[in-house]
Amino acid sequence: MVKKLINGNYAAAYGAKLARAEVIAAYPITPQTAIVEQVADFVASGEMKAKYVTVESEHSAMAACIAAASAGARTFTATSSQGLLLMHELLHWATGARTPVVMVNVNRAVAPPWSVWADQTDSISQRDTGWMQFYSESTQEELDTVIMSYKISESPDIMLPSFTTEDAFFLSHTYEPVEIPDQAMVDGFLPPFDPEIKLDVDKPRGFGSLSMPHQWYMELRYLIAEAMDRSRQKILKVEKEWKELTGRSYGGLLDEYRTEDADVVLMNAGTAASTIREVIDKLRKEGKKVGLARIRSFRPFPTEEIRALGKHVHTIGVMDRSYTFGDGGAFFTEVKGALYNLKDRPAVKNFVVGIGGRDITMKTVEKLYDNLFKVRSGGLDAEKEWIDLKRPEVA
Amino acid sequence: MVKTTIPIEEHVAPGHMGCPGCGACLALRLALKALGKRTIMCVPACCWAVMPGVFPYCSIQVPVLFTAFETAAASASGVRAALDAKGQKDINVLAWAGDGGTLDIGIQALSGAVERRDEIIYICYDNEAYMNTGIQRSSSTPIGAWTTTTPVGQTRAWKMEPKKSGVEIMAAHRIPYTATACVSYPEDFVKKVQKARDIRGPKYIQVLSPCPAGWKSDPEKSIQIGRLAVESNVWPMYEVENGVYTVKKPTKKVAVKDYFRTQGRFRHLGEKDIEEIQKTVDSEWELLLKKEKMSQK
Repeated sequence: MVKKLINGNYAAAYGAKLARAEVIAAYPITPQTAIVEQVADFVASGEMKAKYVTVESEHSAMAACIAAASAGARTFTATSSQGLLLMHELLHWATGARTPVVMVNVNRAVAPPWSVWADQTDSISQRDTGWMQFYSESTQEELDTVIMSYKISESPDIMLPSFTTEDAFFLSHTYEPVEIPDQAMVDGFLPPFDPEIKLDVDKPRGFGSLSMPHQWYMELRYLIAEAMDRSRQKILKVEKEWKELTGRSYGGLLDEYRTEDADVVLMNAGTAASTIREVIDKLRKEGKKVGLARIRSFRPFPTEEIRALGKHVHTIGVMDRSYTFGDGGAFFTEVKGALYNLKDRPAVKNFVVGIGGRDITMKTVEKLYDNLFKVRSGGLDAEKEWIDLKRPEVA
Repeated sequence: MVKTTIPIEEHVAPGHMGCPGCGACLALRLALKALGKRTIMCVPACCWAVMPGVFPYCSIQVPVLFTAFETAAASASGVRAALDAKGQKDINVLAWAGDGGTLDIGIQALSGAVERRDEIIYICYDNEAYMNTGIQRSSSTPIGAWTTTTPVGQTRAWKMEPKKSGVEIMAAHRIPYTATACVSYPEDFVKKVQKARDIRGPKYIQVLSPCPAGWKSDPEKSIQIGRLAVESNVWPMYEVENGVYTVKKPTKKVAVKDYFRTQGRFRHLGEKDIEEIQKTVDSEWELLLKKEKMSQK
């Protein structure tokens, strides 16, 4: 095992290399580009034995990955923001085709106005595509999760695509010491991709042909629903295996920090979790019982974990680095939905934060905990609130 | 003995959902005869996405990956990359798409794949409109044609713009091999597909496939109509191999109006309109012959 000082993008590229991805189809977009550049270097140097297709768009990148996976190859691509949105049609396609494509998405704001900074609107907008979505907090977690993603996605009882995410710059461009796992160890963990059914001239089949309303379309969708439900246990099982090999794990679907006896808990996804942990340690010293529940897997959603949390924590603040106009943050509405059938429902407040890369500082987080303590004693002051919003005087 | 250069093996089974007199149906039957069973197809939204039948049945007897509308070429590139990664060299990868999927929504992906020199055969079966959705104009619809989105009415009459040339676009990519073909000339089409198969890099063939439902023509006349398209120079038969043009000169000269008369989609055109189109067809033909002369040196 080697330790290297790398950023999130390089970690993602190392993940694809160690997983021995066989076909890469990729297109550049800031701040993801370093991933596909690094993978191109790995292929050019011969360190990675893969076919690299320099497609003319993200749409074609995903089309090529789906087709290559249909032909039995392990595939990899990376994208961000507009690129992910352009892929949207084919994200649905990858799921319907049951192709275990693995991708990295760097969470970047959606234009206009142009912004290349951190915002999770791009991946949240892919909620209903049937992709598993994993949100990383650290560089090491990104590398490890890419490798784990292949094992989860390619399991014969799952066969669904997945992407991991990195918050733009906070993770994509931040250097941290990262343990690069041994290839032999990864090979033992992740067997070659060998799907039971693939494009095969000796066994010709039609893949994705027409299905009538009285026939199998609905049943095929139900099979996807079942596979996604099964993926919850698969994620935990694969993470346990990874921990046995490396000593590292990341908390399953919902990564909790000091929640056991917490009075108030903040929930988030992505890199702000590290800032929140710092604040928690500080406030705990002051005797304030605060905790964090980090949504690591948005799909599948950690419904049971959130219900278990809601049974003993009665004030929850949900941070969203995206917004669903006309409703609220997606994490907020989904957390509320998970808690609804509990007998004693906790109070849940939505904090809309860090939109377009606005910094989420320790001061911001302390403010949120202060607010949650007020909610705890005096009830909800508001259901949702945009935090650190500038309100220029109107002349 | 059967006297034909066309392979006898069939790879399209009876029982497909094509219309009577469908040129696209014949086109695939011939293309697969030319390529044989070691072929993987990528088929986007088009008539042939429906014609093979309803899941779990498929009348195409080679593996078929049905793809999104604009992804035939990118999907074929993906299949080829996977085969390369697995070391399987002896399989043809065929992108098989209609003219809308090729020259409208799919042209970006096609341009990308050809520029990358991906080892694929792309065949556009050209029925000159969005026929699967019910006869809407595409960029490959010829000037003068009625479609449901170029209706003949008070303020607007037929399609006013000339047909986009897929083969010229491919030639501009300096593609190793591109050709026009027509289902009315099966030996010629099969020969071109086989030639394409044996050339390295990307190949593009656009095969004119009469569509009785969309062209408002008699299903039993599809072959004759295809011949008239070629003989009238409306659909010249030519190949461009590494920039060198070879044009097949029709043995019989036919006027554009004789081709148009076979189809209801041109019924509204007056003598003057047809004269104008005849002039364009003549000048395009002259230009093509010049290209042949210049490229052959």
